[in-house]
Amino acid sequence: MKRDPEFYDYWPYHNRPKIQWPNGKKMAFWVAPNIEFYELNPPNNPHRKSWPQPYPATQGYSIRDYGNRVGHMRQMELLEKYGIRGSISLSTALCDHHPEIIQMCKDRNWEFFSHGIYNTRYTYGMSEQQERDMIKDSMETIFKHTDQMCAGYLAPALSHSERTLDLFAEVGTELFGKKGGIYTCDLFHDDQPTPIKLRSGKQFVSVPYSLEMNDTIAFVVNKMEPRRYGQILKDNFDRLYQEADESGTIMCIPTHNYQVSCPHRMKAYEEALDYITSHDDVWVTTGREIAEYYIEHYYDSTLADIQNKQAKWGGA
Amino acid sequence: MALDKNYLEYPHRSHGMDHNRYDWQMLAQQKPVVWPNNKKLALWINVPLQFFPLDQKGDPFKVPGGMTMPYPDLRHYSLRDYGNRVGIYRLLKAFDKYKVTPTFAMNTELAVRTPYLLDVIKERGNEIMCHGLHMDALHYGGQNIDEESDIISRALDTLRELSQQDVTGWLSPARNESENTPELLAQHGIKYFCDWVNDDMPYSFKTDKGNLWAMPLSNELEDKFIIMDNLHSEASYVEQICDACDFLLKEADTQGGRILALNIHPWMLGQPHRIAKLEKVLEYVTSKGVWCASATEILTEFTAQQK
Repeated sequence: MKRDPEFYDYWPYHNRPKIQWPNGKKMAFWVAPNIEFYELNPPNNPHRKSWPQPYPATQGYSIRDYGNRVGHMRQMELLEKYGIRGSISLSTALCDHHPEIIQMCKDRNWEFFSHGIYNTRYTYGMSEQQERDMIKDSMETIFKHTDQMCAGYLAPALSHSERTLDLFAEVGTELFGKKGGIYTCDLFHDDQPTPIKLRSGKQFVSVPYSLEMNDTIAFVVNKMEPRRYGQILKDNFDRLYQEADESGTIMCIPTHNYQVSCPHRMKAYEEALDYITSHDDVWVTTGREIAEYYIEHYYDSTLADIQNKQAKWGGA
Repeated sequence: MALDKNYLEYPHRSHGMDHNRYDWQMLAQQKPVVWPNNKKLALWINVPLQFFPLDQKGDPFKVPGGMTMPYPDLRHYSLRDYGNRVGIYRLLKAFDKYKVTPTFAMNTELAVRTPYLLDVIKERGNEIMCHGLHMDALHYGGQNIDEESDIISRALDTLRELSQQDVTGWLSPARNESENTPELLAQHGIKYFCDWVNDDMPYSFKTDKGNLWAMPLSNELEDKFIIMDNLHSEASYVEQICDACDFLLKEADTQGGRILALNIHPWMLGQPHRIAKLEKVLEYVTSKGVWCASATEILTEFTAQQK
């Protein structure tokens, strides 16, 4: 095991080269609905249990199914109302199970990125070849059903191996050249994009996705009241918006249709979206657009800045 | 290091669900329903009446809300008992004040132990569904089918006899089921059950012994979930229900009638410091012109419009 993941160097959040988003926008904002499929009776993974109860885990399974049956339509209509295209973190088996949802999102020009095949199949314990096959399957499935060359990754149920990001980037290049496999949502170390060191040396970036703004973390782990969630979304935005005067920031709201789309949570969520999108100088965008723009305009200058600081101060 | 080959095989990866219990369908594409008098929202107040045994076995798990301390756990036994002695009468008063129709989900053992309470409900004429034998009689994956069948028939036979009602509804203790529960319920004359929380409207649930209806009794809006599990304030409980009510009313404008299902426990909302919050919720919701109905009335109206 490694002492640290070795993906990036220490890079302080001040005195960084200034980022400016397209058309003079100072802050980027994106929403990442996780559209997931959980299996009622998945095979056992020796490192992590899928459900707390023996089959059938009626409660856990059925509330997640609620997300697809009931919640998806609610959030999709809400995002549309505020001019937001979702960047979908997709359990790609959903292309087979619920193609109706895929079609609706395709019609709205949403982005699809890989969140594995099922959210009940964990990376833990896979051989390198198995993990590569799983990632490749997920990216090919997205392409087959949407014609999109998958750019981003969020590992299924946030289950990783040491080589997850390497494999994702390599499979992306193998399938789609420069278009595929260019960003990850798996790291939570920064409010701006960070170049990630990979064994292939490929240009690859971590795009801020935020665990703190994630509705499941807020509602299930932190047990937040819906209106408090709405408030922290606005507070998070306010500070990143203010700091964006210095250099472009990014805010992401990762959501789940079985959480935020419940009837008692929609109002507070809508108020936050209404507030955020009422600011003209915010770039309402997708994960891929952020990653591509960043790689084209700021990747090299960031790397140079990191290397300068590293040369002067050293450190891990 | 590698996982078994089957970990990368996906036998159910095809259109629809990964099981054959119900069809895949999105709520927004369902045929719109119209409630009586053109009401947009049906209000289903569901009151579990529960018996938590002091000598809880906890097999295969301790039921949430049950005994947690070494025997005899008098604090939890008596606090739950409070609901059936005191809290329920506060709830009934509130229901009558706001003219709403409760449905009761009763543990059969409680019906046996408290004939007075059962008589009160019978005289009111409210619907009683079965909430299992008692809170420690759990249904669970891997349970012996004969043992489970025996629990279900004892629970239903006795409750039907004592209540003099058909008792066609079911809520499992802790909403937990075995792989056989739906078949056994259908076999024993149950028409609808409330364990699955994947929809906001009823839907047809397949079993080998005839279909059931799954009724949408929200867990997310339950008093116990919000106040006890999430530790939200009573004031936040009121806000959450009112926000849900507003949202469902708005959705009903374009998609047809919706159901606001409130599962409320006498031992939780029947406390002196919480009862006013329930009254506040009922005042708000009834001021919106909802259709107050029992679970069976809602289901009957719904199914009549599916033809």
